Parts: sequence; structure tokens; C-alpha cells
Amino acid sequence: MFRDAALVAGKDLRIEWRSHVTTNQVAPFAVLVLILFAFALDPDRDVLQRATAGLFWIAILFSAVLAVQRAFALEAADGNRDALRLSGLSPAGIFLGKAGAIALELAALEVLLGIGVAVLYNTTWSGWLLLITTSVVATIGLAAAGSLYGVLAAGLRVRETLLPLLFLPVVAPVLLGATRAFEAALDQSPADGWSWVTLLTTFAVIYVAFGVLAFGSLLEES
Amino acid sequence: MNTWGYVTVGYVLVFVVVFAYTVFLLVKGRTLSKQVPPENRRWM
Amino acid sequence: MTESVAAVPAHTGSRSTRLLGLATLAGIAVVLVLALAVTGPDKVQGDAARLIYLHVPVAISMNVGFGLCTLGSVMWLWKRSRWWDTVAVSAAEVGLVFTGLTLVTGMVWGRPTWGVYWTWDARLTTFSLLFLLYLGYLVVRRLPADVEVRNRRSAYVALLAFVDVPIVYLSVSWWRGLHQEATLSLSTTISGLMLFTLVLGIAVASMGFLWLLVHRFRVAWLEDEVEIAGLDLAITERRAEAASVEVPA
Repeated sequence: MFRDAALVAGKDLRIEWRSHVTTNQVAPFAVLVLILFAFALDPDRDVLQRATAGLFWIAILFSAVLAVQRAFALEAADGNRDALRLSGLSPAGIFLGKAGAIALELAALEVLLGIGVAVLYNTTWSGWLLLITTSVVATIGLAAAGSLYGVLAAGLRVRETLLPLLFLPVVAPVLLGATRAFEAALDQSPADGWSWVTLLTTFAVIYVAFGVLAFGSLLEES
Repeated sequence: MNTWGYVTVGYVLVFVVVFAYTVFLLVKGRTLSKQVPPENRRWM
Repeated sequence: MTESVAAVPAHTGSRSTRLLGLATLAGIAVVLVLALAVTGPDKVQGDAARLIYLHVPVAISMNVGFGLCTLGSVMWLWKRSRWWDTVAVSAAEVGLVFTGLTLVTGMVWGRPTWGVYWTWDARLTTFSLLFLLYLGYLVVRRLPADVEVRNRRSAYVALLAFVDVPIVYLSVSWWRGLHQEATLSLSTTISGLMLFTLVLGIAVASMGFLWLLVHRFRVAWLEDEVEIAGLDLAITERRAEAASVEVPA
């Protein structure tokens, strides 16, 4: 299962590396969102600084929608979906591979946006242990839930509009939890943040388990 | 608007919505019933 | 089953639903009299508290609806029976209507109590996300697809939404717990006639919910019948077409 996962993730990341879609389109989009927030909110009165955690995760959430769409658009073309099903790879492995590749792309985006808010919003990051743990578990949760909805919506004509409607309400707790945990870290009161990490971990475990069990059936035909 | 106003609005809204949904279901049921042979729609 | 086939009426009612419907209407009348006239105003909230006899029963039926949707989806995945799938979709749709009503009555109650229509109360916030989650379910449900594919797809969407509900509720209550607790509840413990009215309201709302559910079930069943019949007809036509082409050759 894990060998299959590594294979699928490697394939997806190689495609992203060569096609530059993530680097040339998704990443600039995320930075653009940060800049648009500055237009929407007043940059002079510390609003941006105080809202950093929330804005950061909103930008990640929107980018996650794009990343998921991209990851499953790859499989939609040329009957790749059937090829994947007939490849003999274990469905759980395919799920972990797809989710893993999405998680790595999101992690790279998080680093980029982390630098982005430090520069653009003048935010000073602190509480590194909490920040990194939160990011890791939140990203796993987003990638797992995203892959599940991604494969559900993949074959449909309405997938571009359907995916956000299904995906965003489900990951609302991730936005909530990750934002509170980041706020706690930035306020230098990390003790408040760790209970949110527990919640995010629960979310990640549930959706990863769901994916491992149900992905095969979802991949079959939908 | 006084308190009774809100109470009235609440009750009226709920009954209007439920009534509208009921009518919608019944009308749809009648239209569809005509397209289905009777032996496939024998209710308990 | 003594009725002859021709005598089956062309609507979704039956003797049992008529009885249930009449009982519900009578119950509504009794609850309305009790809730709006007989019971006294609450000590703290005054007459605004009369909305509890509406809001709470509707909210409870809504939860029953989403519970049934989950049960139906699980049972479909297990038994693959058309009956359970129809239960799931009917319960979700009627549940969604009741969620809308829960939100509206909550807001109408919030205005005289808190002075605003909306606060980020843990339950109201959870209900609004529930509304969106199950709206997504019904959207997926309506996408054109083979019956089998549609059923499987919507069963998984229902389960994915259902496992999210406790996490949503927990996260929202933690979030609001850090600020202030604003709940739609009476400060005095409810008792006597008010409690009786509330319990009766819950019973009547459940009966109304069941009535709507049964009718929605039958409508969904008929929709599937029409679809299956349409498919059979199309196949027969194609066969006839193919046969007529082959004959001269």
C-alpha cells in the first residue's frame, strides 16, 4: 500500500514539477489573495497583523481547492481514471498517494505564504513548535478530505463549481482550529493552541481512515 | 416591532413554508402518479 | 390488498397517511392554543419564550431527519436496496426544509432576546453549516447519472458530511466558549404546563415530519419508477431500430 502511495505521489509531483501549474498558477494565486486582503482591509491600522492567522488559512483553503481540482483533472483526461483502476495499485495506496502529493504542494504553499505574511503584513512568527505541528495536521486533514471530494467530483461536468460547495463546509472546522492555534502561537500563549491541534488531528485521522477504506469504491465510477 | 410581532412572524413563517412544501409534494406526487402504472405504486 | 389495481388512486396518499395527517392537524391546533394563549409568558423572556414551542420541536425533527439520512446511506451501502436509498434522500430533503425553519425561527427568536438576528451561537453556527453540508448532498443527488452510481455517490457524500458534524459542533462550541455563552434557552427551568406544551409540540412536529417524509418517499419512489420506465422504453426503441436496419441486409 505504501509503495503504491509513493509511486502515485511521485508521479503527481513529477507532473507538477514539469508542468509548472502549481508554481506558476496556484502559488501566485495564493500570494494574490494575500494582496487582495490588504486592499479589502486597512493595512495601516494593524488589522492585517491581527487577522494574519485567519487570512493565512483562508488563502490556503482557496489554494487547496485549486490543488485538488488540478490533481484530479490530471486523472480525468484520456481515461486515466480507468488506467489507474486497472493498474493493480491498491486503492488505499492511490488515495494516500494523491493526498500525499496534495499535502506536499500545500506545505510548500504554506512556507511561501508564511514568508508572504511576514513581509506583507509585518507579522512576526513565534511559537514554532505549535505552528509547525498545526500546519502538518491541518494540511493532512485538508489533503485527505480534498482527495475524497476531488475523486467524487472528478468525472462530473459541474466539478469546478461542485467541489467548493462540498469541500469548504466540511473543512470549516480545520479553518477554525488552525486559525485559533496560529493565533495562540502568535500571542505567545501556546497552551491554548494544543487542544486545537487535538481537534485537527482527529479530523485528519477520520478523513484519512475514510479515504483508505472508501476510496476504491469512489474511484470505481462516479 | 413588539415581542408578539416576532412571535407571530415566527409561527406564520413556519406554517407558510410547511404548507408550501406540502402542496409542492402533493402536486408532484399526483403528476408523477399519472406516469406510473398502478401496480408499481401501491402504498401501505 | 383487496383493492383492485384500477382503483389505486393517482396520488401519494393512503389511509394511514390520511389518519396521520388528521392527527397532526388536530395536534397543531391544540399546541397553537396552548403555546399562544394558555401558557403564561416566561419570567425572563416574556412572550418571546413562546417561540420555544416552535423552534425546539422543529430542530429535533431536523436532527431525526439527518440521522435517518445517515442510516439510509449506511443501509444502502450494506444491502444495496432501493428502499433505503429512497429513505436517505427523502429524509435529507425534509430535514433540510426543517433546518431552514430552525435557522429562521432561531433568528426570529434571537431578535427580541439578544437584540440581533444572528449571533455566532454554537448551535446556530453548527446548524448553518449543516444546512450547507446537506444542501451539497442534495445537489450531488440531482446530478444526472446511472441509478447505481448516483446512489453510491450520494451515500458517500452523506457519510462524509455526517462524520463532520461532531467535529463542527465541537470546534464551534470551543471557539464560542472562549468568548461568551449565548444560548437560546430560558433561564428558569421549564416545568408544568410549559413543559407539557413543549413535549406535545415535539410529538406533533415529529408526526408532521413523518407525514412529509412518507410523501417525499413516495414521490422519490415514483421519480425512480419514471426514470426506470424511460430507460426501458429507450432500450426497446433502440432494439427495434437495430432490428429494422438489419432486416434488409
